[in-house]
Amino acid sequence: MRSPVDLWVYLSTSPLIWLTLTVCTWIAAVELSVRLKRHPLLNPVMISILFLSLVMTLFHIPYERFFAGAQFVHFLLGPATVAIAVPLYLQWHEVKRVLAPIGVALLVGSVVAVVSVIVLGTLVGLPHDVMVSFLPKSATAGVAMAISSSLGGNPSLTAVLVILTGIIGALIVTPLMNRMGIRDYAARGFAVGLTSHGIGTARAYEVDKTAGLFAGIAMALNAIATSLIVPLAAHLLLGS
Amino acid sequence: MLRGIAALLLFQLIGESLVFLTKLPLPGPVIGLVLLFIALQIGRRAGYAPFPQVEGAANSLLANLGLLFVPAGVGVVSLWGVMQAHAGAIGLVLVLSAAVTLAATVWTFIAARRFFDKKWGA
Repeated sequence: MRSPVDLWVYLSTSPLIWLTLTVCTWIAAVELSVRLKRHPLLNPVMISILFLSLVMTLFHIPYERFFAGAQFVHFLLGPATVAIAVPLYLQWHEVKRVLAPIGVALLVGSVVAVVSVIVLGTLVGLPHDVMVSFLPKSATAGVAMAISSSLGGNPSLTAVLVILTGIIGALIVTPLMNRMGIRDYAARGFAVGLTSHGIGTARAYEVDKTAGLFAGIAMALNAIATSLIVPLAAHLLLGS
Repeated sequence: MLRGIAALLLFQLIGESLVFLTKLPLPGPVIGLVLLFIALQIGRRAGYAPFPQVEGAANSLLANLGLLFVPAGVGVVSLWGVMQAHAGAIGLVLVLSAAVTLAATVWTFIAARRFFDKKWGA
């Protein structure tokens, strides 16, 4: 008969346990978030990352070993990015009605999202490698990480900055828009979807259905726009 | 469902291949997104659905999009030093950039909508 310690030694080196733990942690985090009325601060992505990081640190599990299991989930980011074509296709009739405002707002918003990081980052003295990982932070994580690694940034740092941008946008959008006196829910949704991708879109759906629809459209379009603008901005403004 | 997943994988594969061949400065999956969108639109014009199962597959992936960010996010443990050293600067840029982007986008959207409504008398 082998001891439980042997079992732990056996399991902790196999990818299965880390994949299982990742998926189960996610399910529990979503459940917790739903119970607490989806408060933006209790974002399930953030809870999952914090909890799993804690486990890795406590049990001295190297990230490579964890990733050997979690990579099967990570791999789905590619197909999930392609999948954004489907809601965009289904909602295209909504997009077509306001195509010109959407196009102008997309252009301005996606440029501001990137250039504001360069301006503010230079002012506070962010190092160059952090800045490169920072630039695509308003795009959905899969796209942002791909952009970051193609420019020599750090995809893990990008993932965290993307998630934090999502949470911050979801937290400040309602008070900010109310203070600005904006009652156009299509415009509000579009702004939060562009700024805060999927996390912003989820928040927009809680406030208003039209806002959610336009947030989803903005997220899809900004994934495309950001992957065009970031390499250009990095080349022109950061010289990389 | 399986055919839907196959369609998504196929379009990602086409996207990655095109990026590799042409050295386009775009992520392969984004090219796949654009091509799938075009294929679906052409299908609608032609009056038939080219990938009937892609909707289900896409919805189930997008419904749990957050899960897919987690493995990379956990990598931040190894970046703790960088994050801590620049915590104040990073936090400031995160908050201000998000606020400026929100305001610029919402203003542009509303101004552009007014402008085009007036122009076309909608």
